[in-house]
Amino acid sequence: MKKLAPVCYALLLVALVAAPFMGAYPVFVMKLMCFALFAAAFNLLLGYTGLLSFGHAAFFGGSAYAAGYLMKALGATPEIGLLAGTAAGALLGLVFGLLAIRRQGIYFAMITLALAQMVFFVALQVPFTGGEDGLQGVPRGKLFGLLDLSDDRTMYYVALVVVVAAFALIVRTVHSPFGQVLKGIKENEARAISLGYDTARFKLLAFVLSAALSGLAGALKTLVLGFATLSDVHWTASGGVILMTLVGGMGTLSGPIVGSAVVVMLENKLGEIGSGIASLTGVQWFGTLGESVTMVTGLIFVVCVLAFRRGVMGEVQAFVVRRRTPAAPAAVAPAHPTAAAATGSR
Amino acid sequence: MTLSLPALLSQLLLGLVNGSFYAMLSLGLAVIFGLLGVINFAHGALFMMGALFAWMGATYWNIEYWVMLIVAPLLVGAFGILIERLLLRRIYRLDPLYGLLLTLGLTLLIEGAFRSVYGVSGLGYDPPELLDGATSVGFMMLPNYRAWVVVVSLAVCLGTWFLIEKTRLGATLRAGTENPRLVEAFGINVPLMVMLTYGFGVALAAFAGVLAAPVIQVTPLMGQNLIIVVFAVVVIGGMGSILGSVLTGLGLGVIEGLTKVFYPEASSTVVFLIMVVVLLVRPAGLFGKEA
Repeated sequence: MKKLAPVCYALLLVALVAAPFMGAYPVFVMKLMCFALFAAAFNLLLGYTGLLSFGHAAFFGGSAYAAGYLMKALGATPEIGLLAGTAAGALLGLVFGLLAIRRQGIYFAMITLALAQMVFFVALQVPFTGGEDGLQGVPRGKLFGLLDLSDDRTMYYVALVVVVAAFALIVRTVHSPFGQVLKGIKENEARAISLGYDTARFKLLAFVLSAALSGLAGALKTLVLGFATLSDVHWTASGGVILMTLVGGMGTLSGPIVGSAVVVMLENKLGEIGSGIASLTGVQWFGTLGESVTMVTGLIFVVCVLAFRRGVMGEVQAFVVRRRTPAAPAAVAPAHPTAAAATGSR
Repeated sequence: MTLSLPALLSQLLLGLVNGSFYAMLSLGLAVIFGLLGVINFAHGALFMMGALFAWMGATYWNIEYWVMLIVAPLLVGAFGILIERLLLRRIYRLDPLYGLLLTLGLTLLIEGAFRSVYGVSGLGYDPPELLDGATSVGFMMLPNYRAWVVVVSLAVCLGTWFLIEKTRLGATLRAGTENPRLVEAFGINVPLMVMLTYGFGVALAAFAGVLAAPVIQVTPLMGQNLIIVVFAVVVIGGMGSILGSVLTGLGLGVIEGLTKVFYPEASSTVVFLIMVVVLLVRPAGLFGKEA
């Protein structure tokens, strides 16, 4: 695993750099990257700290609005938009974190969900978000006043640099002493406290970091697609990022990338997949699959929770571990969530 | 500020009506959480099923409101028992967060299924003839149906409280919440009890749904926003006490109703703001025991 993972990452990076020249539609790949970053930021919290936030749409969408408003109404340059989006995410994260960390477990999830719903209603009502229509036609502008981002290819490489840098930060955080303490808290908070760690502060810091990076993802999404809408702050966006992390494998670094790719592809291509199955099997019903994205999403949730809790990358890791240690069946990870983190972190 | 007393009172009554729904839903959530350790995200979707069943009964088969008030909760309760048997039972030993995720998936499935058939626009449902119209009570016209909702909801909540706190069955249930293994050792069929509790809790949600059908627009998404408000209600009240959750639900409904009169812009956020204040002042919730 130790040797395999860097090779995989290098291959992925090469593929991403080459993608625009290989006929991939740059805007779609950029959208994928934004959601991959969002999911990776979320996973920092769920997978490595053990906190289930049900309010990450507030950071993603709130920052999407903040960046969009700055760039559209005030004519700010893209780098200011991205920085402001990150700051908005961090600030919201600080407020959410300070409130939600007062309660544990299931209450934490409910509180973050309720706070995010409040942000949703604020976004619906305040004048500068454009209400039901959202902010449309946000200009991409020129990065540092030099690079014209209205060209898709230029935008693509800027987005790639931003996402790779943010992802590197997440990897670094996970492997840092700070990240190790977070893992310790996840596995046994009482133990971490008795070792003298101020766990509330660690949790808050992780929350703010995750929110800030989610904000960066939201701001980048606005920059790439040129709009910020209510669906970015809706609770279903929080549900979506949970699903991405769950499908990919929580507590694995590469899981959110895989998971977000699966979920975004599914949302965008379900209609095509459906008509493909329909023409293959001759069952006409599959042709209408595109209209029932919600149901398919729900089904994946149920299946993942019941039978596939380690996610794609978690299963891959477990498989590699099994191959490495054929004589020691004890190394096979139990079906408990912490197992994914325990078997390795790549 | 010019404000007529009847207008104020009618908003107050509307607040009480909403509060009754909050009370019944948070009560069901608390009972289910107590025994199953699962926060039932699907509660809103099952509330919607109750309302939609009432509408379907009236529209397709001409079944009266009064019949559906009993039948819809029974159907949804049976559906809940199926959910518990087939799905929830498999995850009790896991982190409680998985329960939330599983029921979230169920919510998307249920709402998606109904939406693909009925769309998202509101379906009209008239109150039963017996409760149509309003009665004059001197200082205001009291809409009969709304008064009925408040009275019957309170009766159901108090009945539930009595059942759980004052009867032998309730004592067993509370013991099961406290220590299921020990209760099982006394020869009580705990899995059966858990199954029936979930069925009862969701039946309560469906009952609230039927009550709500003539007051709120019936749509496949009607439970979505409601469930999040109910979560805030649960955080504010804490899930430790039954009467506590009933009181919290009603109180918040009234506050929301009054906000609609005095500062309508905040009416959709006021419950969340109260939640923030409660978290700052008393993190365990007004009636909560757990931290």
